[in-house]
Amino acid sequence: MAITYTSGEQVEVYRFSLPATILIPLVALFLQAWVPLRFHFFSIFDLPLLITIFFAMARRSQIAGLLTGALIGVIQDSLTHQPIGLYGLSKTVVGYGASSLGVKLDAENAGARLLLTLVFYVVHEVVYFLIARGLVSLHMEWSWQHELWSGLANAFLGVVLYAVLDRFKQRT
Amino acid sequence: MESVLGRYKNLIVLTAVLFAQILGLAVQVKRTTDTESSRLIRVWAVGTVTPFEKALVWIQTSTGSLWHNYFYLRGVRAENRQLKDQIERMRLEQVRMSQDADQARRLQALLAFKEQFISRTMAAQVIGSSGSEQSRSVYIDKGEKDGIKPDMAVITADGVVGKVLRVYGSTSLVLLISDQSSGVGAILEKSRLQGILRGTPAGEVTLEKVMSDETVAQGELVLTSGGDRIFPKGLPIGTVTRVFPGNEGFLNIRLKPAADLSKLEEVLVVTRIDEKQAEPEKSNPGRAVDILAERLPTVPPKPENAPAGTATAAPSGTTQNPSASTVSGTAVRATGGANSAADPQVKPKTPAPASGGLAARKPAAPDAAAPGAPTAAGNPPAKILPKTVQPSAEPKPQPPAPDQDNPQ
Repeated sequence: MAITYTSGEQVEVYRFSLPATILIPLVALFLQAWVPLRFHFFSIFDLPLLITIFFAMARRSQIAGLLTGALIGVIQDSLTHQPIGLYGLSKTVVGYGASSLGVKLDAENAGARLLLTLVFYVVHEVVYFLIARGLVSLHMEWSWQHELWSGLANAFLGVVLYAVLDRFKQRT
Repeated sequence: MESVLGRYKNLIVLTAVLFAQILGLAVQVKRTTDTESSRLIRVWAVGTVTPFEKALVWIQTSTGSLWHNYFYLRGVRAENRQLKDQIERMRLEQVRMSQDADQARRLQALLAFKEQFISRTMAAQVIGSSGSEQSRSVYIDKGEKDGIKPDMAVITADGVVGKVLRVYGSTSLVLLISDQSSGVGAILEKSRLQGILRGTPAGEVTLEKVMSDETVAQGELVLTSGGDRIFPKGLPIGTVTRVFPGNEGFLNIRLKPAADLSKLEEVLVVTRIDEKQAEPEKSNPGRAVDILAERLPTVPPKPENAPAGTATAAPSGTTQNPSASTVSGTAVRATGGANSAADPQVKPKTPAPASGGLAARKPAAPDAAAPGAPTAAGNPPAKILPKTVQPSAEPKPQPPAPDQDNPQ
């Protein structure tokens, strides 16, 4: 597991075609809403979060990362019955953080991706929990065990997913 | 100044985006009713995602039905036979229950109860979920265009599912009973204790507000109480799986939902609930003996000179009972309204002590069934009763039964 610190000039910055930029998040949102109906265990995954992390780390632009996170989060909120902004805020923070780290770290290998996804999953859940409890007064329970297992599951799925999504990358 | 803005551009944008969302969140939370301020965003998002879900569900359903209807027909004959047997059993059960229900209606009418019943439902397909563990809700393929409205109850054949929360053009969002923001008025079937059903953050279902000094047994059925004005009374919600002391002197009762909330495919939306004064059933669909009679082997017709009273061998006590006239009326009604109207001996229906009526009917049943059996193709068996069960005040000669029983 090699996470190397690199200068801004050393890391590759990627971009994506417009169809990929629009369709990949939409497909992720669609699968997130549809698959748990057939396979209930799938609800522990957060595909929109994985997509947010992937785009943020690949583009390595903080503004693009946070805007991508905000947009995906708001759409995800719209599909729930909760107030809009819970996922939006959480994914904004994650998008910003992932792109900030993407500038400094070479997160192209599987080990780094696994670790970063696990960390950002937990960050996402913590931010969501704080907002839901603090701002919206939702009754929520925190379980480290559940969050860590979910984080690991998401991290492993993320490694596979990122390898697939790497095909859509275009060098700048 | 420009250099400062350029230097902290990313942080400024981050702060602005976060602030905008927090502001939006505050506006939504402030409104206690449905958040119309976010309606447009939701409509767009739902309108973008649900068509794909609908298309996929349609493909899945079509493929599944092709497989089940044309290719996977192994064992259909055996299944058909089993189902026919089951129908027979259920018909008998239905008759027994309808008698109980009739009795209950008579009692309710006496007490001027108003009863609620589901008068119209609409079948809907579950096409998607919210995709979040924090929001336990599903989307169905029926919406405003189909007449769906917020707060309509959603059920399956097994039990309660939830209620319609938001309605869009051709889809609706259904809040499941396992969501922590849901609330259903509930009652325990045997102990008749009432409480409020809520979901937990982990997606379990609990019954709240039952005092800790009450006794609740595991496995007891929990039904809707009707107190929430959304779910009609008496629908099954689930069974008690665990009971332990909770906070503030209340029990913490965990339930297993009757409907499998993790595998929802088709649901029924209750689009109309009627409330009316309970009144006794006007026409009874049939009696257990009639159904048994249809299944009995053919019995040869009785001799012409046989005494009328021996045909049915009804207990003599039945005929002398003042309430017997009512019983005979009930029995005749069992054969259908047209027959009852044609029979000159049928007395107008009058309220009678329910227990007496049921008790009087029971002894007559086995014997009355057999003579009627040969004409099972019609609906004759119950017509034999009027010949034997006469109102004691009006002794009349018996009319010839075969003319009415067998039109052919």
